[in-house]
Amino acid sequence: MRLNLRIWRQAGIAHKGEMVEYRVDDVSPDMSFLEMLDVLNERLTLAGEDPIAFDHDCREGICGMCSLTIDGEPHGPQRSTTTCQLHMRHYRDGDTITVEPWRAKAFPVVKDLVVDRSAFDDIIASGGYISAPTGSAPDAHATPVAKADADAAFENAACIGCGACVAACPNGSAMLFTAAKVVHLNALPQGQPERRDRVLNMVDTMDDAGFGGCTLTGECATACPKGIPLESISTLNREYLKASLKRA
Amino acid sequence: MTDIGEYVLGEPVVDQKAPDGPIAERWSRRRFEAKLVNPANKRKLSVIVVGTGLAGGSAAATLGELGYRVKSFCYQDSPRRAHSIAAQGGINAAKNYRNDGDSVHRLFYDTVKGGDFRARESNVHRLAEVSVEIIDQCVAQGVPFAREYGGLLDTRSFGGAQVSRTFYARGQTGQQLLLGAYQALERQIAAGTIEMHDRHEMLELIVVDGRARGIVARDLVSGEIFTEYADAVVLASGGYGNVFFLSTNAKGCNVTATWRAHRKGALFANPCYTQIHPTCIPVSGDHQSKLTLMSESLRNDGRVWVPKEAGDSRAPGDIPEAERDYYLERIYPAFGNLVPRDIASRAAKNVCDEGRGVGPGGLGVYLDFSDAIDRLGRAAVEAKYGNLFEMYERITGENPYETPMRIYPAVHYTMGGLWVDYDLQSNLPGLFVIGEANFSDHGANRLGASALMQGLADGYFVLPNTIGDYLAAGPFETLTDAHPEVRKARESVTDRIERLLAVNGDRTVDSFHRELGHIMWEYCGMERSDEGLRKAIGLIRDLREEFWRRVKVPGTGAQFNQSLERAGRVADFFELAELMCVDALHRTESCGGHFRAESQTDDGEAKRDDEAFSYVAAWEYGGELPVLHREELNFEYVKPTQRSYK
Amino acid sequence: MALDTRTKRPAKTSRAVPAALWRSTIGKKVIMSITGLIMIGYLVAHMAGNIKVFSGEEKFNSYAHWLRTFGEPVLPYEGFLWLMRVLLLVAVVAHIVSAVQLTRRAVKDRPRSRTGKPRGGGYVTFTMRSGGVILFLFIIWHILDLTTLTVNERAEVGNPYGNLVATFDTWYGNVIYIAALLALGYHLKHGIWAAAQTLGVGTTTRNRVFRPAAVLVALVITVGFVAVPIGVMTGVVS
Repeated sequence: MRLNLRIWRQAGIAHKGEMVEYRVDDVSPDMSFLEMLDVLNERLTLAGEDPIAFDHDCREGICGMCSLTIDGEPHGPQRSTTTCQLHMRHYRDGDTITVEPWRAKAFPVVKDLVVDRSAFDDIIASGGYISAPTGSAPDAHATPVAKADADAAFENAACIGCGACVAACPNGSAMLFTAAKVVHLNALPQGQPERRDRVLNMVDTMDDAGFGGCTLTGECATACPKGIPLESISTLNREYLKASLKRA
Repeated sequence: MTDIGEYVLGEPVVDQKAPDGPIAERWSRRRFEAKLVNPANKRKLSVIVVGTGLAGGSAAATLGELGYRVKSFCYQDSPRRAHSIAAQGGINAAKNYRNDGDSVHRLFYDTVKGGDFRARESNVHRLAEVSVEIIDQCVAQGVPFAREYGGLLDTRSFGGAQVSRTFYARGQTGQQLLLGAYQALERQIAAGTIEMHDRHEMLELIVVDGRARGIVARDLVSGEIFTEYADAVVLASGGYGNVFFLSTNAKGCNVTATWRAHRKGALFANPCYTQIHPTCIPVSGDHQSKLTLMSESLRNDGRVWVPKEAGDSRAPGDIPEAERDYYLERIYPAFGNLVPRDIASRAAKNVCDEGRGVGPGGLGVYLDFSDAIDRLGRAAVEAKYGNLFEMYERITGENPYETPMRIYPAVHYTMGGLWVDYDLQSNLPGLFVIGEANFSDHGANRLGASALMQGLADGYFVLPNTIGDYLAAGPFETLTDAHPEVRKARESVTDRIERLLAVNGDRTVDSFHRELGHIMWEYCGMERSDEGLRKAIGLIRDLREEFWRRVKVPGTGAQFNQSLERAGRVADFFELAELMCVDALHRTESCGGHFRAESQTDDGEAKRDDEAFSYVAAWEYGGELPVLHREELNFEYVKPTQRSYK
Repeated sequence: MALDTRTKRPAKTSRAVPAALWRSTIGKKVIMSITGLIMIGYLVAHMAGNIKVFSGEEKFNSYAHWLRTFGEPVLPYEGFLWLMRVLLLVAVVAHIVSAVQLTRRAVKDRPRSRTGKPRGGGYVTFTMRSGGVILFLFIIWHILDLTTLTVNERAEVGNPYGNLVATFDTWYGNVIYIAALLALGYHLKHGIWAAAQTLGVGTTTRNRVFRPAAVLVALVITVGFVAVPIGVMTGVVS
């Protein structure tokens, strides 16, 4: 099939970007979205043009590197699917597809469709861990964890840090990302000693990084390829309030 | 030195650090005998760690905790994205929580045997000992392993093991373990002990006075060439499966860091040992950019078959039972569909070679769940494999509840890597290699759920204990960019980039990589032969020559340039590919992941030759011809036997 | 660091609870939730009072008088009313200041999408933000109309019933009032649910109740208020 693409091109952080139109012929329905871009890039390279820069790595939906906003939706139209797992059989001959990078103040564009998500690393560095220096651990069975707690922790630990939640949010908020880590660690007995500092510091860092506030539109949870529930934000708020009231 | 056509035979190599005595005491003896670094001096010592996967991430975090100044590098935008994240199955540990007869010795025994007697006993025993501590460590970090209703950890039996020793976190064990290491790493970044360089790719090793002292890296965003110095360099840059172009590795996985070190004198051991995984989603067309693995657990309930007649193009549902060949059940009645990975893979290749393969290009076999659905009910099958079926449908557009899955083998893991001693130090002083990047623990074949174990064992527990023995002699002389060796290293990097950009030919990097992959898969894949390997070496040389004449790399070196990144990696893959073929050619036996057509039993099984090949093949970079150094393997505790799965 | 775009974390400043809450985005949302709940409480009481209009002029006016004398002699005349007014003013100001700050933070320097389609979540933020502005303007008009009687042409001090009827006898009075009440309904529908999440009481199970409960409360308040102008229009109240 033939597709018309409108793709964001931007030479670098300090440059202005623009939408550029491309046409791709011979798209196979079995191709993944990124393979379709590979085909376009091969053609651009041979034509002496600058190929389109986009982030990708594992191409199996787990590393969280791919980050395209397709027709206004982070990771495209298919639910619970990262860009790399989206296949062209969902499109029809002659479709026009708009491809943009994540749009958020806290994620500046590095080039074309590539953005800088290091603010996420900063949030984790400020408290998204359990301090357990190597060698200090007791036996793994020393502390049983209720299955419900373990499951809640796992559900939230599934976050791949792709940033789709921020890109989907009309406020550019990172609440779902931060919530996923706080809920994961605070649900476990091992996470209790640092429970309060964790949430306070992570929220501080999140705010400092320039993410917007949360208006609970739920767009983040809809866009999340790993199904992190919106309720995690409520839990984050509870943890934050409790910690705030106790820190005085 | 003897010239043997494709390579030169050099002096044997010996592991100087390997302790002797009873095997169960060797690791504690080595730890006692290794020199310690005064805690106050650790701040003055710096270590570069390249790669942030399970091995690199855990090593950087632990070294940071110990007080060393760590400089960590990864090519991804965040250390959390390293490809360890994609491991699905689980992690082995000899905890014996099930009371089912497991022990450190049994895990040791299984791993040596699984590696087809091509691994060092001392290393493997240490791995089995440390496995127990890994689980403790990860649980303390908050890794959400699967648990039972009583709140204790759940385990399962994996990859044909007869004990239940595999800990898991649904199908995302690698992700959860990596995030644990990543969080520990970020904690140390915040503490100021680790300096993180993301989107940086190591392009050269700096060796001064025979010691590894630093690296030359490229800032992938600005294109700036960047030097970093340290008292020791740790490579944790993963495996080289992407030499096949199509593999289950991430697109960015590459051999450059280890290959550059190899060119600077580090020995490359057993490059021909590659593991091929039998249950991957087959190639759908020429556009294919990578292959997706599906958990091996599918073979517990799925039945593998192909049509009996070659060229049968009927839909699977139209082929009557009598005209189906359940070939694994037929050939291996005892193990059936659960034969080890290499056997299942080769059997699939054989039936496809006979023209009985299914799907596009005839490269696939059916994995059929209709019997399981009849027997257990659809709900039970969904509960067990629902997420895998969903993934399959997302990629292929076919519903596996209605039509059988199609699967085909794909390259998954590389057991070979840089040669290291018991301390995980290469033959270059100060250069340590950990995780999949080294060759040390899996021999010729890796058991399921052992990769995660080895990566974390090396990073959390082994390297931090052994590196001190080397660093105790430091800190070493301060280096600057003006040092002649540094200048040389920087120039070699900039020259190479300029050369790649200057070709300005008419073929893309990917077209070369794809072609190289075809050659490797055809002649150095599941089955290798003397004739095929010799042919491959010729083809690789021609293609490499053409690459440097016709490749087109757009843009400049002073910008974010993904084509340039790939071009450099592919250039190194060419050189590695040739060495892999030479290694495969010289090893005329079949063992583990290396199957030589000439060395099989009458009924087509792999035949090892312990008389001639019970050694590690450690290759020295020799310019024209590689130089082979052999390290003899001795088996005191597990006596070599031939595998049989009939 | 690959990039120079990492935000450096400033040294921690105030650790006192109110200041820390005021500094953080979650804290501001908590303030909005609490002030929002105060205003909802007021709205319910106000609505219940309004319904008295259906009991006739006398009862309604005596209710209005009772409001002014409530708490006497402990409180002075209109004391209770003024207490409520101060409380409401503080709530409204805190609510609006937080909202404006959070909105500016979200909107300022936000990169625009070029799809031509509105960004997801626009409906909710629209009802909250434009709804908030509409309500703010309405409150000013409402006070000028029925409290200070500044813009009510036929106003008469001491006859709230008459003043009310006078307002809803005009077409513009009805339009402004009903439009604002619809905006209020939408504002509450999301606001009540969001407040539950912000105060951290939302869980998967409870949210099954919170969602419809928020709709119900919003509906009851809106219908209760709108009943009055409709009553005047249909002649039930005159």
